[in-house]
Amino acid sequence: MHELSIVTSIVETVTETLTALPDSQKGARVLEVRLRVGALASVIPESLEFCWGIASEGTPLQGSRLVINMLPVVMHCAACEQDAELEGVQSFRCPRCGEPCSDMRQGRELEIDSIEIEDGEEKK
Amino acid sequence: MTTRIVELRRGILKKNDELAATLRASYTAAGVLVLNLVSSPGTGKTAFLERTLKELKARGLRVAALVGDLETDNDARRLAASGAPVRQINTHGICHLDAEMIGKNLDGWEGVRLDGLDYLFIENVGNLVCPSSYDLGEKIRVVLLSVTEGEDKPLKYPTLFHSADAAVITKMDIAEACGFDRELALKNINEIRPGIRIFETSAKTGAGMEEWLEYLAEARGVL
Repeated sequence: MHELSIVTSIVETVTETLTALPDSQKGARVLEVRLRVGALASVIPESLEFCWGIASEGTPLQGSRLVINMLPVVMHCAACEQDAELEGVQSFRCPRCGEPCSDMRQGRELEIDSIEIEDGEEKK
Repeated sequence: MTTRIVELRRGILKKNDELAATLRASYTAAGVLVLNLVSSPGTGKTAFLERTLKELKARGLRVAALVGDLETDNDARRLAASGAPVRQINTHGICHLDAEMIGKNLDGWEGVRLDGLDYLFIENVGNLVCPSSYDLGEKIRVVLLSVTEGEDKPLKYPTLFHSADAAVITKMDIAEACGFDRELALKNINEIRPGIRIFETSAKTGAGMEEWLEYLAEARGVL
């Protein structure tokens, strides 16, 4: 439900990054924005994509692709002394030994991984 | 035309997380225990908090509450009856509280200083999804579930239940009338958040409140 504010925040962050680029690269166009989203980030990929066009309109991100890399939950199992990837988010038990796990190592990520840009050489 | 990849590796909610870290440090410095109460609308957060504030005040503890809703100050007025300072935050359509709203409301709060409090309760906007993403700097996140909501709520909304430090089941006084399956509810909560402390309460009869207040006292002891 707060996907629009998340997308707006992504657009702001990327725009700031572009402003910070060296002068020779000013005017770069964004082709792609890549996100890392954990299964427990409470964000729905479809909603992010739905908001993308609206939020990026009129910015250097207009027309860019949003690529969302979903990450599964990874728990550390104290009994097995190993990390274990969960198949879903319905049970926080080690898939190997069945013991409950409370030490989460991955799953809450909500970050911009990288952007692909095209240098604006045609200007000048 | 050349294309390049620029690595960012930046948290999308970084601004909120940084503000929350600042708040957390100020809570610790002031020696106040801060709790964030989250649940769906109608679970009984306000009734539970009303009772909690009243009981803590009766024990001579210094308490205050911030309460978030889209509109109206109805909840603040109800909570203020306890005699504790209460401030309403109206989000006007936003589905959660964020660290900036908390910071702003703490700043201009006449007569309330963090170092003059033992407990600060934040009653979040009724929503089982969005509040899970926004750290408010709280020490303890409390998720509430009422007996009328269905025992599978934790399975349907695992994100919020998984992020909680304590769980409170409310309206236990009408559990039987609702056909509430207590064992199943406890099992589901434990499936999502193994080992979490669970309190079975009724704000109406006071059932379970003693145990909850003991937990609050212990939690303050290890601030």
